[in-house]
Amino acid sequence: MKLQEYRSKEILAQYGVPLQAGTTATTPEEAEAIARTIARPVVVKAQVLVGGRGKAGGVKLAETPEEAARHAEAILGMSIKGITVRTVLVAPAANIASEFYLALILDRAAKAITVITSAEGGVEIEKTASTHPEAILRMPLHPLIGLQEHNIRRVAFFLGISPDLRREFRQVLRGLYDAFVGTDADLAEINPLAITEDGRLTALDAKIVLDDSALARHPDLELMRDLNEEERSETAARQAGINFIKLDGSIGCMVNGAGLAMTTMDLVKLAGGEPANFLDIGGGAKADKVAAAFRIILDDPNVKAILINIFGGITRGDEVARGIVEARTTLARHVPMVVRIVGTNAAEAAPILAEANLITADSLDEAAAKAVAAARADA
Amino acid sequence: MSILVSGATRLVVQGITGREGEFHSHAMQAFGTQIVAGVTPGKGGQTALNGSVPVFDTMAEAVREVGANASCIFVPAAAAPDAILEAADAAVALIVCITENIPALDMLRVYHVLRQQGIRLLGPNCPGLTSVAERAKVGIIPNDIHRPGSVGLVSRSGTLTYEVVQAMTDAGIGQSTCVGIGGDPIVGTGFIDVLDMFNEDPETEAMVMIGEIGGEEEERAAAFVKREVRKPMAAFIAGRTAPAGRRMGHAGAIISGGAGTAESKRAALDAAGVAVADSPSHIPQLLRAAGVGG
Repeated sequence: MKLQEYRSKEILAQYGVPLQAGTTATTPEEAEAIARTIARPVVVKAQVLVGGRGKAGGVKLAETPEEAARHAEAILGMSIKGITVRTVLVAPAANIASEFYLALILDRAAKAITVITSAEGGVEIEKTASTHPEAILRMPLHPLIGLQEHNIRRVAFFLGISPDLRREFRQVLRGLYDAFVGTDADLAEINPLAITEDGRLTALDAKIVLDDSALARHPDLELMRDLNEEERSETAARQAGINFIKLDGSIGCMVNGAGLAMTTMDLVKLAGGEPANFLDIGGGAKADKVAAAFRIILDDPNVKAILINIFGGITRGDEVARGIVEARTTLARHVPMVVRIVGTNAAEAAPILAEANLITADSLDEAAAKAVAAARADA
Repeated sequence: MSILVSGATRLVVQGITGREGEFHSHAMQAFGTQIVAGVTPGKGGQTALNGSVPVFDTMAEAVREVGANASCIFVPAAAAPDAILEAADAAVALIVCITENIPALDMLRVYHVLRQQGIRLLGPNCPGLTSVAERAKVGIIPNDIHRPGSVGLVSRSGTLTYEVVQAMTDAGIGQSTCVGIGGDPIVGTGFIDVLDMFNEDPETEAMVMIGEIGGEEEERAAAFVKREVRKPMAAFIAGRTAPAGRRMGHAGAIISGGAGTAESKRAALDAAGVAVADSPSHIPQLLRAAGVGG
């Protein structure tokens, strides 16, 4: 789960990272009032979870509270990569002398928490990696004892932090590490970490991505989820315990298992169609869950056909077949359905599907082709 | 011979009295696995699987009393890392963790502790493994999809693995051992570990690898194959249509910063001489073309 900049900064501030947090506003009037209470100039920043805010005009400097209000008015309601801006952050602007990139990631290859840092702050690290890979330090931390003082020194020397800022730098990296571990993050990034003209270290932008598997033990962080940036259907799916991601195609997919669900999407594409979603219904798949999955898929008006692909292992095919037939009667909208059920109790599932006049297929390739044809015929 | 499990495997199931644990223990027993014990703290002294298996409070007892040498874990995510460590402390040789949604930072610590102890962990968030010829299964792979043979299969997925195994069986191509390494970012055993074992296993003549988007494990496996493997290989990579930056069900299946795409993995495998399939159903014909018999 990605956290908004202001949420990420709230967390980093709690862990002692020096920064000017600022305050969020949802109206130009609020933005103006906030700007009156803090040192000027101020920066007005769109709070969205997509990159490229600056380029899209979502970050503006204001010399006066009135200008802050005008910028907020322009930014609020603006669409950045399809996301409507509903909140802006108003914070004191900094006079930047130099800037750095500093992040911690869950490093799958090194099986460690790894520091990634560069003296080229303010640009995306992927960009630096492609243009000046030698400007990046990647340093895996010991997985059992964590961040040590010598690790902090090495990063500070690599970045050329001056002796009078070492104590403050220690506080930044220590705070970032404690925040990473304390929130069960996948990524905790400060970009840029700036040295201001008056010689202070400050985190100007921050991004934290949390490990979804750990959210159960962080109910306080779960509350930071931004529902405005989640598709309505994805919210409904999450609440129903279904893994779902909305895409742009016309073929709805309902599958058990994540790998098979991705494969089903790939084969729809290979058959000349476009998948409308990723959906892993999980194990079991009783009628109520199947019904919820149908509602979520059909909520998308682009969906012209549904492909159901179930490999019965733990999940019993006849149970899913009955679930499909039962759930179908509750639907508001009907589109052609192609059903492929194999594995445990597939033989018992076949007559149930036949009686309900559903299109069936033996192989996944055949099912994908039939779903694509059905979507075209229906269009 | 087979890899990781055999007729000599004496399995203890941690969480045997839970719904999942009990269901799959019955299936493992039916397949032929020797289940010698169950562990559920507080239920020591009871029996499980229709009275055929003693239940102990601790792993230490299960090992001491009945000589368990492998463990299969079905306990919930919050307790699973501790269950893995308990099994490792009891010094079983192989631990298979089925549980999903274990926090990654917990697994990081567990991974390194087990490495220091020299104990093999498969998973978490995996379907386990099945040695087809030896009739030994640890995990949840369906019993009736196999045919004994000489192809070793390794996969990051669950139902997609069953799909490929079934396609091979239907085409008359049998398997030696099928291994699911799990869909999490931090897993105990990787592709290279398993490919290395298959490469050394006289019973395995060819290999199938099922990967998916996220991380760079498939690319590293491709480099290993190019360097070390002379047995024929076919592969499938799921997620060519997956959008970047989204977690596709498995915690580890995410394209981040342009890395971990299906195309990158397919290209790496292709360059290593591995036949890469566009559909799971093409795997049998690719194996045939590489000279694999029944």
